[in-house]
Amino acid sequence: MGTKQKIILFNKNIVLQAAKDSIIKLNPALLIRNPVIFIVALGSVLTTIIVFAGIFKGNFSSFNLQIAIWLWFTVLFANFAEAIAEGRGKAQADSLRKNRTQTKARKLVGKEEVSVFATELKKGDIVICESGNVIPSDGEVIEGIASVDESAITGESAPVIRESGGDRSAVTGGTKVISDQILVRITTEPGSTFIDRMITLVEGAKRKKTPNEIALSILLSGLTIIFLLAVVTLPAFFGYSLAASGLPLSQNLTIPILIALLVCLIPTTIGGLLSAIGISGMDRLIQRNVIATSGRAIEAAGDVDVLLLDKTGTITLGNRMATDFIPAEGVTVEELADAAQLSSLSDETPEGRSIVILAKEKFNIRGRKVHHLQASFIPFSAQSRMSGVDIKTINGKLHQVRKGSSEAIRTFVQNNNGFYPQKIMDIVSELARQGATPLVVAENNRILGVIHLKDIVKGGIKQRFAELRKMGIKTVMITGDNPLTAAAIAAEAGVDDFMAEATPEDKLRRIREEQAKGHLVGMIGDGTNDAPALAQADIGIAMNSGTQAAREAGNMVDLDSNPTKLIEVVEVGKQLLMTRGSLTTFSIANDVAKYFAIIPAIAISLYSGRNGIGPLSALNIMNLGSPQSAILSAVIFNAIIIILLVPLALKGVRYKPVSANAALTRNLLIFGLGGIIAPFIGIKLIDLLINL
Amino acid sequence: MTFQDIFQIALFFLLLIGLTPVLGNYMYKVFSGEKHIMLSVLGWLEKLTYKFTGVDSEEESNWKSYTFGLLMFNFIGFVFVFLIQLIQSHLPLNPANLPNVSWHSAFNTSVSFMTNTNWQGYAGETTLSYFVQMIGLTVQNFVSAATGIAVLLALIRGISRKTTDKLGNFWTDLTRSTLYVLIPLSILLAIVLVGQGVVQNFKTYDTVHTLQGAQQIIPMGPAASQIAIKQLGTNGGGFFNSNSAHPFENPTPFTNFLEMLAILLIPASLTYTYGKMVGSTRHGWTIFTVMMILFCAGLSISLYAEYSANPVFGHLHLMEGKETRFGIANSVLWSTSTTAASNGSVNAMHDSLSPISGMIAIINLMVGEVIFGGVGAGLYGMVIFIILTVFIAGLMVGRTPEYLGKKIQAFEVQMAIIAVLAPNFVILLFSAWASVSNAGLAGLNNAGPHGLTEILYAFSSAAGNNGSAFAGLNANTLFYNLSLGIGMLVGRFGVILPVMAIAGSMAGKKITPLSAGTFRTDNSLFIILLIGVILIVGGLTHFPALSLGPIIEHLLMNNGITF
Repeated sequence: MGTKQKIILFNKNIVLQAAKDSIIKLNPALLIRNPVIFIVALGSVLTTIIVFAGIFKGNFSSFNLQIAIWLWFTVLFANFAEAIAEGRGKAQADSLRKNRTQTKARKLVGKEEVSVFATELKKGDIVICESGNVIPSDGEVIEGIASVDESAITGESAPVIRESGGDRSAVTGGTKVISDQILVRITTEPGSTFIDRMITLVEGAKRKKTPNEIALSILLSGLTIIFLLAVVTLPAFFGYSLAASGLPLSQNLTIPILIALLVCLIPTTIGGLLSAIGISGMDRLIQRNVIATSGRAIEAAGDVDVLLLDKTGTITLGNRMATDFIPAEGVTVEELADAAQLSSLSDETPEGRSIVILAKEKFNIRGRKVHHLQASFIPFSAQSRMSGVDIKTINGKLHQVRKGSSEAIRTFVQNNNGFYPQKIMDIVSELARQGATPLVVAENNRILGVIHLKDIVKGGIKQRFAELRKMGIKTVMITGDNPLTAAAIAAEAGVDDFMAEATPEDKLRRIREEQAKGHLVGMIGDGTNDAPALAQADIGIAMNSGTQAAREAGNMVDLDSNPTKLIEVVEVGKQLLMTRGSLTTFSIANDVAKYFAIIPAIAISLYSGRNGIGPLSALNIMNLGSPQSAILSAVIFNAIIIILLVPLALKGVRYKPVSANAALTRNLLIFGLGGIIAPFIGIKLIDLLINL
Repeated sequence: MTFQDIFQIALFFLLLIGLTPVLGNYMYKVFSGEKHIMLSVLGWLEKLTYKFTGVDSEEESNWKSYTFGLLMFNFIGFVFVFLIQLIQSHLPLNPANLPNVSWHSAFNTSVSFMTNTNWQGYAGETTLSYFVQMIGLTVQNFVSAATGIAVLLALIRGISRKTTDKLGNFWTDLTRSTLYVLIPLSILLAIVLVGQGVVQNFKTYDTVHTLQGAQQIIPMGPAASQIAIKQLGTNGGGFFNSNSAHPFENPTPFTNFLEMLAILLIPASLTYTYGKMVGSTRHGWTIFTVMMILFCAGLSISLYAEYSANPVFGHLHLMEGKETRFGIANSVLWSTSTTAASNGSVNAMHDSLSPISGMIAIINLMVGEVIFGGVGAGLYGMVIFIILTVFIAGLMVGRTPEYLGKKIQAFEVQMAIIAVLAPNFVILLFSAWASVSNAGLAGLNNAGPHGLTEILYAFSSAAGNNGSAFAGLNANTLFYNLSLGIGMLVGRFGVILPVMAIAGSMAGKKITPLSAGTFRTDNSLFIILLIGVILIVGGLTHFPALSLGPIIEHLLMNNGITF
């Protein structure tokens, strides 16, 4: 599965397979899952029997035959819609299966290494994996660090680091170790690994109907019963009218005509497309490299109205960037920049690199190689909370250049008998208030100045949040920063609210509070300590790079480990629900035109004078050719509209981040009004074709 | 139409719109237990009632026991009215010495009054004694309307409360709505009616000699008190057979105007009460507007059909069966009001309406009596349509559907569908049965499509708990008494039970706060949607049958053929 795989709606193989499947799906045991289409199938069988009975009795009716054929097509088209949606998932599942080839695992029993099949591994077993090995099953790294190629599941070819402890300990079966060696404790039973679950999901074979889908099915079944009532009682009213117009009762409505009327009235369009819409919603998530554990989660995503977003990675670029040098009194800015660059030359952190780059860009100070200067790099440690270089000059004097937090540098300078100016303290607190991180630079006992490290808010994120606000979604920024810094960034990014100095417990509490107020909360997280919050949230997206605990707790996994995904997931959920609602509206609105086609056609003889054209022909506002062509046109339209709408069901209706009211107006105009008008045009055109 | 006609219709609507918030606000106070003016007048009676019946007015119950209380209460009412009809000749207050009623007519009548339908298979003055009319029917007129309000109140609590199973106390709701709303308004109206000449006495029927020397019996009785509540409680069961076309029920243009206003007054005002109780008066007015638009559309079409020339009779207005004292406009305004509001009282014979205005009357019944509808019943029926609308259209905003913050899920949809199905089941299946069986066809006085319309009308009226009749049908037969009786029961409780279940289920849910992403139920877009769903779901079901009845009759009339 490629990350940026182009979305191809149809290809020849899928279409051929779907055509085959739509016949297999005629199996009544499968059809009954869809009550509306099941009724159509029953009607098709009945009509077919009547056609054959007619042949045996010697009064073959080509009209009945045509009705029967188109009724069968209605069923087949509905099956096809479902099959093609499933087919796209199956293709993805097949490519996943290739990665699940029978691998051997190196299981540790005591200190012995035993070679076993991957499928024999139980939860709790420990295996060794080293470079070149395929990780046999899902597990957690308990010892070592390794780079792992996860392209089999993420499609991303750049290897990722997996190490014991911390938040990057989870490994997935089917991925490949590229370097080093790790010990992995297996955390899943065979058959329920991540890849297994993915295959089941994309295939949609065991797909359960989601709550909203169930509710909609009930509505559709209810409408079907109502129209069934209307149709089965019609022969009685018709018989009364025949008697009243002095016509023989033998002219009463035939069963094929009644079935045709019924099939046209019941919501076959949405009935036929409903499961395709659900499957393709899941599919759209997978195309975004997000795996949902259930279809229910996608629906909930559409409902989410509070998003808890981690500041780092979602709102700001992961790293702070140096944006300015502020020299101390008596120090030139060039001197400060030079020292800052020196101290960062061997600092491989993104912050360090940004300092080197800023010095180069702003003051044209070229980067130097540390070993040319006979300097030794002092890395950052949790104890010293600073980093820098020690340079021996020719006269043997030692230059100690350091950068670090205000506190750490203060101690450093004071230990060297230097002093820490008040002005620097002011600058430091001013920068902190602005939401920036100040780094103080010192050389031996002298303070040189301050580096302004800034959280860079992602481009376009403010716009994104404004869109979310329009859609009625509240954004809450979560950060470990102090309240001052957090407030500054929150204001810059345009979030609605923020939580500063947030602990995982705070997150959990916040989610519970929002839920108690009736909100549905979505969040994304990775660490083990995020797991309770992920489980509590209505939508919990775990990053694939995270721990196994987080991945188990959430109801979705983001393979790209991209925190912005949360917003996309919400959009997929909304689009799914919109598509469902729009096509339901379209389907119901279609009925108006079908009445005007069929009722005048079947009632033309009633109360007619000599010419045989009764008063109800006045309702034939489409001026359809003949009663038979009118009925046939309605049935044909009813069948082919399913096929015509398959691409829409698969792609989803066009989605725009607008308010509920704007979305409703738009969809109502297209699918409500369009649903009333389209069949008038469609039926008329088909009638013209038939009567050519 | 004359200037007076237009002026009167305009005045009618102005008064209705003006009175809605006044009475609505008063009812809000009554039902939410706030202080109101009647408390000082009748508060002692409420306390006495609880003391006498042993009701703890503070104790609240869940939807099952609320419903159980309601069903028991209605059942006892039914048995009582049924029995006193069977033995009325042995009971007091029977000056005309009327005999006991047949069992099937008694069944039909007691079901009819218990369900707030007031279908009258019998002729009032020649069938029922004063005792039965007063102790049996008039009492049911009050409590059946109060029952409708009680169901609505339980539904309101289900919607506005959260995570609870308590829906209030049925007995308290019943007592308060009767005592503080129905009784004061009825007394007020009855006094005005008596002042205008409506009879109110216990005299024996008068026998007079006409100028031609013939004898004529002038019926008497306690009419004004029953008429007031039959109008206000959307009951409609007349004291006399010809209902409000009888000069003793409806003597003057002023009483005619008041009685019409009384039909719509409580159902209209309840929309305001509803809005206020669920926390959005805007939503209440939205529902009012939907009802008003549908009402005005029906009225306009009816008026047009009546005033447009009938080719068969040259260019005269159709006066047959109209209230000749008050004119066409008043007959049509009444026929639209009484069918829209599940009242069923008449001042003109609907059988004689033009095919199209007859169809409007049937459509009013067929869409489930939600255009103002019965007291309480119209609004909870409308909420069913709102739930369907929210469910179908709500998805289009990209959220799972919710109504006033409550999620609409499979259970609610299922119940809403049952509530829509139940009356339609009665209308379609029973009408179909009647139109092919000898027993059904025997009651018809008219041939052709008009006969079919009569059958459809009867069952729509029963299922919608309306009670008005297309007078051409002789329905006091075993077949019609039983089938219509069953139809009324299904039409009433087939809706009440699912509504109560919805109330119970909704009460247990959380309330999602309003945001820009919420599907609004208080703007013009929603008005259009709701009207669309009512017409499509409620109307399309019956289009085939209607096209074989009134539509074909209209088309034939234009070709010069009448029935």
